[in-house]
Amino acid sequence: MYRILSKRTLGPKIREYVIEAPDVAKVGKAGQFVVLRLHERGERIPLTIVECDRKTGGVTLVVQEVGKSTQEMGDRFQEGDSVLDVAGPLGLPSDIERYGTVICIGGGLGIAPLYPIARDLKAAGNEVIGILGARSRDLLFYEDRLAAVCDELHIMTDDGTYGRKGFVSDPLREILAGGRKIARVWAIGPAIMMKVCAGVTREYGVPTIVSLNSVMIDGTGMCGGCRVEIAGEAKFACVDGPEFDAHKVDFDLLISRQRFYAEEEACAVEKYLAERRGEGVAR
Amino acid sequence: MIEPKATPMREQAPDVRIHNFSEVPLGYSEDEAIREASRCLQCRNAPCVSGCPVGIDIPGFIRAVKERKHDAAIARIKESNALPAVCGRVCPQETQCQGVCTLGKRLEPVAIGRLERFCADWEATHEACTPTVQPATGKRIAVVGSGPAGLTAAGELRRRGHDVTVFELLHVAGGVLMYGIPEFRLPKAIVQREIDALRRLGVRIEVNKVVGRVATLDELLRDGYDAAFVGTGAGLPQFLGVPGENLNGVYSANEFLTRTNLMRAYRFPEYDTPIRVGRRVVTVGGGNVAMDSARTALRLGADESVIVYRRSEAELPARKEEVHHAKEEGVQLHLLTNPVEFLGDKGRVRAVRCLRMELGEPDASGRRRPVPVKGSEFEIETDTVVIAIGNGPHPLIPQTTPDLALTKSGNIAADARTGATNLRGVYAGGDIVTGAATVIEAMGAGKRAATAIDEYVSR
Repeated sequence: MYRILSKRTLGPKIREYVIEAPDVAKVGKAGQFVVLRLHERGERIPLTIVECDRKTGGVTLVVQEVGKSTQEMGDRFQEGDSVLDVAGPLGLPSDIERYGTVICIGGGLGIAPLYPIARDLKAAGNEVIGILGARSRDLLFYEDRLAAVCDELHIMTDDGTYGRKGFVSDPLREILAGGRKIARVWAIGPAIMMKVCAGVTREYGVPTIVSLNSVMIDGTGMCGGCRVEIAGEAKFACVDGPEFDAHKVDFDLLISRQRFYAEEEACAVEKYLAERRGEGVAR
Repeated sequence: MIEPKATPMREQAPDVRIHNFSEVPLGYSEDEAIREASRCLQCRNAPCVSGCPVGIDIPGFIRAVKERKHDAAIARIKESNALPAVCGRVCPQETQCQGVCTLGKRLEPVAIGRLERFCADWEATHEACTPTVQPATGKRIAVVGSGPAGLTAAGELRRRGHDVTVFELLHVAGGVLMYGIPEFRLPKAIVQREIDALRRLGVRIEVNKVVGRVATLDELLRDGYDAAFVGTGAGLPQFLGVPGENLNGVYSANEFLTRTNLMRAYRFPEYDTPIRVGRRVVTVGGGNVAMDSARTALRLGADESVIVYRRSEAELPARKEEVHHAKEEGVQLHLLTNPVEFLGDKGRVRAVRCLRMELGEPDASGRRRPVPVKGSEFEIETDTVVIAIGNGPHPLIPQTTPDLALTKSGNIAADARTGATNLRGVYAGGDIVTGAATVIEAMGAGKRAATAIDEYVSR
């Protein structure tokens, strides 16, 4: 059992958990993920590590309540409760080096896994330009945390309720078009956002890294469900990634595979919400 | 006068069992077991014992069954085999102990596997016999992986008085016995019972522990383990490498079976993990895993389950019993058929394009090589495809142990007799060394390595 040390709400249906998992906290690095299971009937949920506290053994995770399991976690798992399983760290860590000036782009929930990468890139001596995007003001989080590790921070919202109105690819294009020497770009967020950013940086020949969140079961190389195509070759996001060269990723395949269980997910959510209404105890 | 035929074991009828995940063979009653035990000739040279990878005293335990001393029978088995309830069910006895049974020269061999299962199941409902544990040696052994090789090594080492910790990366112990072999062939409660017995013996089992990431093998040895056994299996699914293989609806057998067995997707949405089958499922491959997948597909509600295999029936690597069960249940075998492409519609697989094959000259494996028949392309419409053509070595330990010597195929290079690797104090066995093989061979390797580790730490 793994205790929830703290839980706080970052936005509508977005929560941050710190979970006691000392083994993971001791060695977990930016770019890696854990697999979490709530209870005996639970699925294995891959979640990217946001922060590891070596002292308290706490691992910070940010969860968006989109499916049945994540909603259940939000409703029924409070500070002091425990989840059944946390395994990790899994996947390869981000390649943190001193590159020069780097751009770190986080869209939506992608801001959470982006944070430790930006932090470590800054600590390694890079000049870090941050670009954060969200659909709307209330969905934007971690602005303060990113501001603390970025030399320059651009905020975008789709509806213009905060920062500039537009997409993360807009300032990205402006910076690259402005002729600044950018050594590398990280872009983490919805597949379509990563695809668009990759398209922009390809034009300017800037190496770009994306983190792929494909559907997986074990997270250790055994199921192959998370396979993605990188330069036409099948790779497993769990052990070969999750970070890949954005210019080689088949994003359309990724998007198609991410949607495969959409019907089942909708069915599970519906059943869960009906149950919750029946209980009348949405804590 | 000896009964010419082995005492049959009752089974669930095919039309009933394809609608449930319960075990297919129902086990012997005591009378049936005694009747079968009475067929044993008690040969002095006991060819069956040398046919057993772990060398169980087969005539000895069968004699005990015949004399109704079932506690003595199970104790005799457990001297050599820590997982009898598992082996009685999934060992390929027909090519091992029963394959060399003297009776088998003229009549049907003694049903040794069924008798082993009887003894193990008898124990489950009676007083468990706990093997004795030697006094503590103070030596600490790490076992990486909790499949058949790891569990066997752990049990043997614990009995010799060592302090044993098993590390498992999934959330339950058992490895392929839990995620791979289906419930209807090996009930998970039985595997759990064997694992609980090891815990009672004093073996520590830590799940969710990803050796290679949480701590490397080198770190375990530096941090106080005197030796390590690596039994991490053949967990990496292989694919055909043909166009369309990444379409939605194309599963590796590992994923298809893991969703079903480990995550209980057949009870979705009561359990959270989903699975999709549709009306027709095509499984590619001819081994036990292919049979398991095809039979699982029927139980998940597929109307039709088709196996596509590029050689002929004689070359099917699956156990005869598994092929027989699959056919009884209505699994269709498309033999001498090779998939060359998967065709999709809106990202989802809709058909398999195949070539007909014929058998040519023998290849390196001694089997006749399948060669394509020109112009024989045809399509099989399908909703789901399961690729069951084998697994490569689980990548994590080789990836994170830079000095560990590997074979050309990426398996760990280990001494066949002792399991010793090129690293001091590191032993390996089972599928991570041999490539995908059987449960009992992995157990044999675990047992031999345990002996070698015991000698190494006692030096």
